[in-house]
Amino acid sequence: MSKRARALFLGLLSPAILSLVAGGASAKDAAWNLNMPRGVTEVSQAAYDIHMIMIWVCTVIGVLVFGFMFYIMFAHRKSRGVTAANFHENLTVEILWTIVPALILIVMAVPATTALLKVYDTENPDIDIKVTGYQWKWQYEYIGEGVKFMSELRTSQDEQYGRAPKGEHYLREVTQPLVIPANKKVRFLITGNDVIHSWWVPDFAVKRDAIPGLFTAAWAKTDQPGVYVGACTELCGKDHSRMPVVVEVKEEAEYYAWLAGKKEEAVIYQSTIGKEWTNDELMAKGEAVYAVSCAGCHQSAGQGIPGVFPALVGSSIVTGPVEGHIGILINGVAGSAMQSFADQLSEVDIAAVIHYKRNSWGNDMGDIVQPVDVLNYKQNQ
Amino acid sequence: MDNSKTHRSVVVKSLFGVVVMFMFAIFVLPPLYDLFCEITGIGGKTGGAYTATEITVDTSREVEVQFVATNNATMPWDFYPVEHKVIVHPGESKEIIFYAKNRTGKDMVGQAIPNVLPNNAADYFLKTECFCFNNQPLAAGEEADLAVVFIIDPDLPASVNTVTLSYTIFDITDRVPMQVSQAQ
Amino acid sequence: MAHGPSENFFNRWLFSTNHKDIGTLYLWFSFSMFLLGGAFAMVIRAELFQPGMQLIKPEFFNQMTTMHGLVMVFGAIMPAFVGLANWMIPMMIGAPDMALPRMNNLSFWILPFAFAILVSTLFMEGGGPNFGWTFYAPLSTTYAPDTVNYFIFGVHIMGASSIMGSINIIATVMNMRAPGMTYMKMPLFVWTWVITAFLLVAVMPVLAGAVTMMLMDINFGTSFFDAAGGGDPVLFQHVFWFFGHPEVYIIILPAFGVVSQIIPTFSRKPLFGYSSMVYATASIAFLSFIVWAHHMFTVGMPIAGELYFMYATMLIAVPTGVKVFNWVTTMYKGALTFETPMLFSIAFVILFTFGGFTGMMLSIAAADTQYHDTYFVVAHFHYVMVAGAVFSGTAAVYYWLPKWCGRMYDETMGKLQFWIAFIAFNITFMPQHFLGLAGMPRRYSDYGLQFADWNMVSSIGAFMYGGAQLLFLYNVIRTIGWGKPISDPKVWEGAEGLEWTLPTPAPFHTFSTPPVLK
Repeated sequence: MSKRARALFLGLLSPAILSLVAGGASAKDAAWNLNMPRGVTEVSQAAYDIHMIMIWVCTVIGVLVFGFMFYIMFAHRKSRGVTAANFHENLTVEILWTIVPALILIVMAVPATTALLKVYDTENPDIDIKVTGYQWKWQYEYIGEGVKFMSELRTSQDEQYGRAPKGEHYLREVTQPLVIPANKKVRFLITGNDVIHSWWVPDFAVKRDAIPGLFTAAWAKTDQPGVYVGACTELCGKDHSRMPVVVEVKEEAEYYAWLAGKKEEAVIYQSTIGKEWTNDELMAKGEAVYAVSCAGCHQSAGQGIPGVFPALVGSSIVTGPVEGHIGILINGVAGSAMQSFADQLSEVDIAAVIHYKRNSWGNDMGDIVQPVDVLNYKQNQ
Repeated sequence: MDNSKTHRSVVVKSLFGVVVMFMFAIFVLPPLYDLFCEITGIGGKTGGAYTATEITVDTSREVEVQFVATNNATMPWDFYPVEHKVIVHPGESKEIIFYAKNRTGKDMVGQAIPNVLPNNAADYFLKTECFCFNNQPLAAGEEADLAVVFIIDPDLPASVNTVTLSYTIFDITDRVPMQVSQAQ
Repeated sequence: MAHGPSENFFNRWLFSTNHKDIGTLYLWFSFSMFLLGGAFAMVIRAELFQPGMQLIKPEFFNQMTTMHGLVMVFGAIMPAFVGLANWMIPMMIGAPDMALPRMNNLSFWILPFAFAILVSTLFMEGGGPNFGWTFYAPLSTTYAPDTVNYFIFGVHIMGASSIMGSINIIATVMNMRAPGMTYMKMPLFVWTWVITAFLLVAVMPVLAGAVTMMLMDINFGTSFFDAAGGGDPVLFQHVFWFFGHPEVYIIILPAFGVVSQIIPTFSRKPLFGYSSMVYATASIAFLSFIVWAHHMFTVGMPIAGELYFMYATMLIAVPTGVKVFNWVTTMYKGALTFETPMLFSIAFVILFTFGGFTGMMLSIAAADTQYHDTYFVVAHFHYVMVAGAVFSGTAAVYYWLPKWCGRMYDETMGKLQFWIAFIAFNITFMPQHFLGLAGMPRRYSDYGLQFADWNMVSSIGAFMYGGAQLLFLYNVIRTIGWGKPISDPKVWEGAEGLEWTLPTPAPFHTFSTPPVLK
């Protein structure tokens, strides 16, 4: 075989070879990663296995067909003085190369089917978790436990826009990960709040669309504690790439301790809701909440994007009556991208962020909004 | 000459016929599609109201029925199931309640859209009464206990032990032409 | 008596009823759209060169990805092959022109109009369409910018253009073949276009239906895709992909036809398995109607549906494989030379097959949970559409340009353009497989640090590939303006077919009297 042909041949093959060697590395170690992760569940292993079978089958077929082609390009070139033959049909050969691929497909269909049956086996879960896709964050609710929280991107605007160096977990860190126990079958009930999103955890091989108005189901069971990062995989608007999925798998005992802690948090929160917060406390908390939940649209200095997201600097709502301002956050603005945050942020967070906006960037309202004011608003509208 | 006149009239009649056929299709197809979804249960759509006939309760089998509620974007009502799951026998009629409260300062109308998982259970989840059959008007600050009465068909496939009934509630205040009546 | 084109520029081009001139209009239009769509791609790859947002805002990025897809699919690839059809089909079947020359003119001229409207939305308040070329509801209905109505209008017009063009092709081929040219004697390029035309007539109205339902939901309060009113967002996906899957075969079938003309020429051997090739093309077209939901494997379909669509999709490999084997066997024991059209055609066979392999992987629904909506899919469809359809279109231009304009392109420049395009293409899109497998979703304006390396490589390849297209433009212009004149009707030693019996360049009117078939 000519040098050029051999070089081309190997050039096409080497990624396939390398991937077999480097295969299965976990997503988070990947710099020059070539292959999908093996993952940590039965389903992810099944997906990986059938993926590798397909790669092998395709590689073999490719080597045979392309090898034959390269041979022809070398041996049957006019410059070697050959004369062209004239044959142009052969029924036997046509039948053979129809039947043989069809047989190969039938053989492939068997592991493909068993793998898919595993994906669909959502029966008898130990734990049910409702996953809701929002623009542009996830909400996780532990059904029957009364625990519900938002999971939003934690990476700062400064890192994203090059004003600060990017951290190691750039775009892969959230305010609160989903926590699940090891060795328990967890079922995910997935829906969308506004547009279609999609919840994907590569290490679990779970990917199901989050569609507003209906629910889809997936499941995972793993015996390996750790942190697993995934992504939103359905275009959902401007921050589609800024709503990562982070799942933390804890040992069973640790999980139940964590769950109990979350319930405690809710109880403590309820009992301290009447506390009077100071200006400094509210400003600090408000700044943090703003960076995660508001800056994406209203921008880091409240300047908004003209024609798209209103500026908060000097805005009539932010510099107007407190009650109107609270109302906007609680109820959202119908027909716009401004969501109702009543379900997403606690009364403390809402009060703090309102206070922060009313007293930053030249807005100088000087008033104080307490969490209990927000609670009263919600209950007495 | 004659030929082209007949030909022209054939063309005109055929085109007219095509228009009539499409108008017919526009009227007939939506109900047909609904019927198709009801019969096959595709999309998790459950059927309409089920009128209970004689049905024997299968006491040898238990099915766990879970209830999930979710609000669509900018739907600010409180909306959740009072119990999050029950255990029933197929054939047994059961009533459960979803609580809803209109927390805002204006009258609104909501619509709950049901969904049943797994897909192959949708055909066997029979609702004799459901608040999702109609829209839900709630005045400002009003709350309501919304009932669903259901029966699990004893022919539910043996592999299904858990059925999840979920509702997404939407704000349809702007779409409902009539005035919101004060609730009963 | 044959006469030349009108002396008046507007009469000649605006009111043309000549298949050659209209073919030229389509080809230049599609090439300018290709460069425009390519410019959008350059913006995308420039932003994705490094993690972080350096050049544009996320909202604009979504407009770029959307417009790149729309312009390339509807403005570049489809009109390019319609242009080839217009130029070549009448000459290949011995017909004087298309069956409906005035409708032919209309089919073309509404396209620049539609795209002017579509592209102008980028400058309107709220920005252009930003919901992906697949425009799923409710992102494209309830949450769409105001310009969505212009988008819908543009899609309707493009669809009308395609439907009219297809009717023309079917009418021409059914009625105007020279005496003695039975269906099973037609060149394969004509066969693939006839089958494509039937696909277009069948599915373009479905796309029109989808965008009309969108229009109703957005402007007239209906709820086709809105669960609140009893509708279903998934319905959109079914309707769209019922169009969308045949659409990708509409894109590739004419490309198969081109390659089936070029490989025999440069192998100096007839196409192997002509009837099998026809039946395989027809099978692919038929199968393309019944596999659409493989684009929706993660939507929560009942398992029976998902299994069915998986099996049906896997089946398409069979007739496609038959075609690949037939091309290879055509080359076998031929006397091969490797002029530029042959280089592009061979690259087509290899790279399209590679894209077919990744397509097979995607058809496995369980594995698709890891591939769906990631860069693995992006890599797959660029292999089949760029290394497939675009390479085939480029091959066609080099192959037929001498016949069209009577001048030969510079072979060294042609080969140079090929190698740069081939290498740059692979540098751009091979790493995208790895990105997808490593976990990077598509339509992402920014990404985590672990994806940085391959993204940088891909972007470098993309800039190189853009350069290769500018070189292609240069080659074409240089040939038309200053190329070595050629008058041999046959142009290529191994070329067979009625079009190669005509003078070079082909006169304005050809086959005013039907030829006698030997």
